[in-house]
Amino acid sequence: MTVLPYTPETPSQTAGPYVHIGLIPQQAGFDIFQNNFGNVLFVPETPGERIRIEGRILDGTGSPVRDMLVEIWQANAAGRYSHPADRQDDQPVDPSFRGWGRAGTDFETGVYAFETIKPGRVIGRRGHGLMAPHVNLWLAARGVNIGLSTRMYFADEPIANAEDPVLRMIEPAMRRDTLLARREQRDGKTVYSFDIHLQGERETVFFDA
Amino acid sequence: MMVEREFFQRDRRLHPPAFTPQYKTSVLRSPRMPLWSLQTSLSEVTGPLFKPEELGPLDNDLLLNYARTGEPIGERTIIHGHVRDEAGQPVRNTLIEIWQANAGGRYRHKNDTYFAPVDPNFGGCGRTLTNAEGYYAFRTVKPGAYPFRNQVNSWRPAHVHFSIFGSGFAQRLITQMYFEGDPLIPHDSILQTIPDPKARDRLIARLDLNASVPLDTLAYRFDIVLRGSRQTLFENKREGT
Ligand SMILES: [Fe+3]
Repeated sequence: MTVLPYTPETPSQTAGPYVHIGLIPQQAGFDIFQNNFGNVLFVPETPGERIRIEGRILDGTGSPVRDMLVEIWQANAAGRYSHPADRQDDQPVDPSFRGWGRAGTDFETGVYAFETIKPGRVIGRRGHGLMAPHVNLWLAARGVNIGLSTRMYFADEPIANAEDPVLRMIEPAMRRDTLLARREQRDGKTVYSFDIHLQGERETVFFDA
Repeated sequence: MMVEREFFQRDRRLHPPAFTPQYKTSVLRSPRMPLWSLQTSLSEVTGPLFKPEELGPLDNDLLLNYARTGEPIGERTIIHGHVRDEAGQPVRNTLIEIWQANAGGRYRHKNDTYFAPVDPNFGGCGRTLTNAEGYYAFRTVKPGAYPFRNQVNSWRPAHVHFSIFGSGFAQRLITQMYFEGDPLIPHDSILQTIPDPKARDRLIARLDLNASVPLDTLAYRFDIVLRGSRQTLFENKREGT
């Protein structure tokens, strides 16, 4: 038998209860780095509609998980990722927008939040049309043995969502709703609320991508 | 002809399943539906990039990055290695973040109530970017073992938590590194969540005497492998066909 020269991936392990020390030290209760990564993705000159994304992560009893790490990754307002593998050269790169942020759920309320912009539509895989605007999420915590990947779509984009090559594929169709965030206006600000259910009747769709 | 980048399928047998009753916290936090398989799109093959100027010069030196009145107590330790992908390609300029307990097994964290003392000179976290060869290095103190609530008498072996990005968001990984020879390793219910003993063994860093600094610092080597990627070739088709 020929053995191909591939080495297996390093296995995952839980982030544990003290994930904040490494990734959000200020939430752990101390200051160490000059530059901290956080949950505000834009600067004043970033083009795009300002939105807030917030929600809770719920465990199998419906209780909020208060020690979860949440990261988001998204395209800019024109639907282009700030990364060399994105070759949609007809769309502008936005040097003021990395498209990534990280937050911890609050130790008391269990709420996570991001201040970002609404992403544009990105081209799907070859042979597919445009994907609907969406934000990619990645979750890690104590009790989570391998990071969980999901997507948040915008409930007020019914036409784009109906065309989305990923949403369209999910069966049964009722599970697609677990990926939709509701739009609300609060104090003149646009808020999308997106709760994630780790388990139970309304378990969120997680991806093996 | 066009090319599209995609990742190798993740071999889930090498990873812990979500539901592992011996690690009790996983019971209520594990999805029970099958993961939905998704062929990678631009959303997965792209991911955040970080620049050297975003990090401080001491960020990868845990002996100095929180030193106040002196250096932290503990065995002076180097942890170093390469980040490569499954095809052996170096993963360059990728962000690695680590965190750990101090030499007494206590974390600088408001939720850690273990009575071992906090070390006033030890923060317990660091970060660095891999270089053009995918190489990284940290200086730190060797962490202590600590108890945790799982079984009545559960102890974690000495370990360092690692977070790695890779070049695409679907390579994102958090894991833990252990130290060769630690007698607690076979008893650890968290390491045992990984079913394959060979996979568990890849999380155990080896003593690396050649990389140690004589009369100064002992070294351990920990190489990390992220998912491989390929360029998929496909034919251009005319619009609308
Ligand atoms: Fe730990």
